[in-house]
Amino acid sequence: MSDIIKMATREAYGKALVELGAVNDKIVVLDADLAAATKTGMFKKAYPDRFIDTGISESNMMGVAAGLSTTGYTVFASTFAMFAAGRAFEQVRNSIGYPHLNVKIGATHAGISVGEDGASHQCCEDIGLMRTIPGMVIINPADAVEARAAVFAAAEYEGPVYMRFGRLAVPCVFGDDYKFEWGKAVTLKEGKDVTICATGLMVNEAIEAEKILAAKGIDAEIINVHTIKPLDAETICRSAAKTGCVVTAEEHNIIGGLGSAVCEAICEGSNPCPVVRLGVNDVFGKSGPAVELLHIFGLDANGIVEKAEKAISLKK
Amino acid sequence: MDAAVKKQLKIKACKARMGIIEGVYNAKSGHPGGSLSCVDIITYLYFNHMNVDPADDKAPGRDRFVLSKGHAAPALYAVLALKGFFPEDWIPTLRKSDSKLQGHPSMRYTPGVDMSTGSLGQGISAACGMALGAKLSGEDFRVYTILGDGEIEEGQVWEAAMYASAKGLDNLVAVIDNNNLQIDGTCAEVNSVYPINEKFKAFGWNVIEIDAHSFDEIDAAFNAAKEFKGKPTAIIAKSIKGKGVSYMEDVCSWHGTAPNTEQYQQAMAELSEALKELEA
Repeated sequence: MSDIIKMATREAYGKALVELGAVNDKIVVLDADLAAATKTGMFKKAYPDRFIDTGISESNMMGVAAGLSTTGYTVFASTFAMFAAGRAFEQVRNSIGYPHLNVKIGATHAGISVGEDGASHQCCEDIGLMRTIPGMVIINPADAVEARAAVFAAAEYEGPVYMRFGRLAVPCVFGDDYKFEWGKAVTLKEGKDVTICATGLMVNEAIEAEKILAAKGIDAEIINVHTIKPLDAETICRSAAKTGCVVTAEEHNIIGGLGSAVCEAICEGSNPCPVVRLGVNDVFGKSGPAVELLHIFGLDANGIVEKAEKAISLKK
Repeated sequence: MDAAVKKQLKIKACKARMGIIEGVYNAKSGHPGGSLSCVDIITYLYFNHMNVDPADDKAPGRDRFVLSKGHAAPALYAVLALKGFFPEDWIPTLRKSDSKLQGHPSMRYTPGVDMSTGSLGQGISAACGMALGAKLSGEDFRVYTILGDGEIEEGQVWEAAMYASAKGLDNLVAVIDNNNLQIDGTCAEVNSVYPINEKFKAFGWNVIEIDAHSFDEIDAAFNAAKEFKGKPTAIIAKSIKGKGVSYMEDVCSWHGTAPNTEQYQQAMAELSEALKELEA
């Protein structure tokens, strides 16, 4: 583990696209005038003939991506999460999801860590929106290594994938030897008192929280849920059955995201137990430096510790 | 256009009209008016213009058709059945729970359907994507899409229109089925779609205006579009909603209503009579 290196997952996305483009000439990347921000600009520079800027028209971009994919291309379509999942929701649902087309949505600037741009651009609803589309795969990588792996996995898979990337540079949690298996949650540390399911940049916070909890004599199990759909309910429920309570941690509204998905799995499993959700607490974000905002909204290690203690107190 | 070819197209279109009525009547729901207004053009495309093979409906080099006004599915299904993409006895199963013919076109259910559509404004974007695919791979297939005139009230249509001309997609033809009627009234009453021709010209398209029910004009327009380089072509096709069934013609309420048994029998009698005359 090298927690010194920091990189935004959007940066890793751009780099991975360039790598992928070198080995697969059927990769085409679309963007809606945000190539510099989504980092697809790297691909544009490397393969200008396979990069298409559709301009500021996300709905059209999703439709173009859908049609293009039917002609044999693997299409990556990028914009901010707000516009990919929000503005173009119905295009993603009807033109990509319903016909189950081979389009990979690279949604960057997800969550409140967008920072200064404020609530209009801080999408905390995208996982919830995408989760309701039948057949949509949702990957929310924790760091640059996982983001790269997600891009390659998405290209291998035949069908629609929503990848959620962040603007903020975050610590690299995983080493280069990290093996990514989509749809499979990763148990980062085993424990017996509480299960902490984290996704995206909250995975690193969960690792930090585990240390704080350990100092308090609490043995936490940490699970990285990079694939939110299909959810690895088996791993999560097995852990919950062992520890007896669960905390979910995500940079997303507590409604509709990982917290909801885990609740659904736990409630329908054979050993229901308390689940406490940490996320954006059904409010809009606001402007401010990203790290400061994460602390203000309680999306940090201390926030997880608090929820873990609450979850343990709810155990029968 | 060659007289014999035109006669055959008229016969096919008449049979397709019977298929539309057959499907919608049996479904007890659906959209006959807008199906009848664009069926001549769909018939022309599949029987006289597009490079398609029912025996190889996924051929990479085939021309593509996207019914952006997806509610005219009965017209597309009728033509696809006549062309041999699937058996004609599927037509009466339209919209039923065990049917391969969904209420709006679905490429996962129905052979020959190149894109799932139905939510207005989306098909033209997908058609742009297909045309882009041909450009990227250097293939010479062409892409055809039909939009309703009411459909162009959707903002996405103009995103796509701007995009198609910006990227020089001259392998794309968008037909505007200008029957002048949408659910709540005439296009002019409901919103401001006119002038359609000037709008597309302003968006950088080659614009051709035709009578949607004249095979001579249809043929000339699509051939001219094929020759035109550098811009996509918009064919503004002045049509009659409900064309071919007397009591449905230019009547707004036949947008999304199925005929009852008496109306069905009358429609089929009229079309049978027309077919008999054509085949004489």
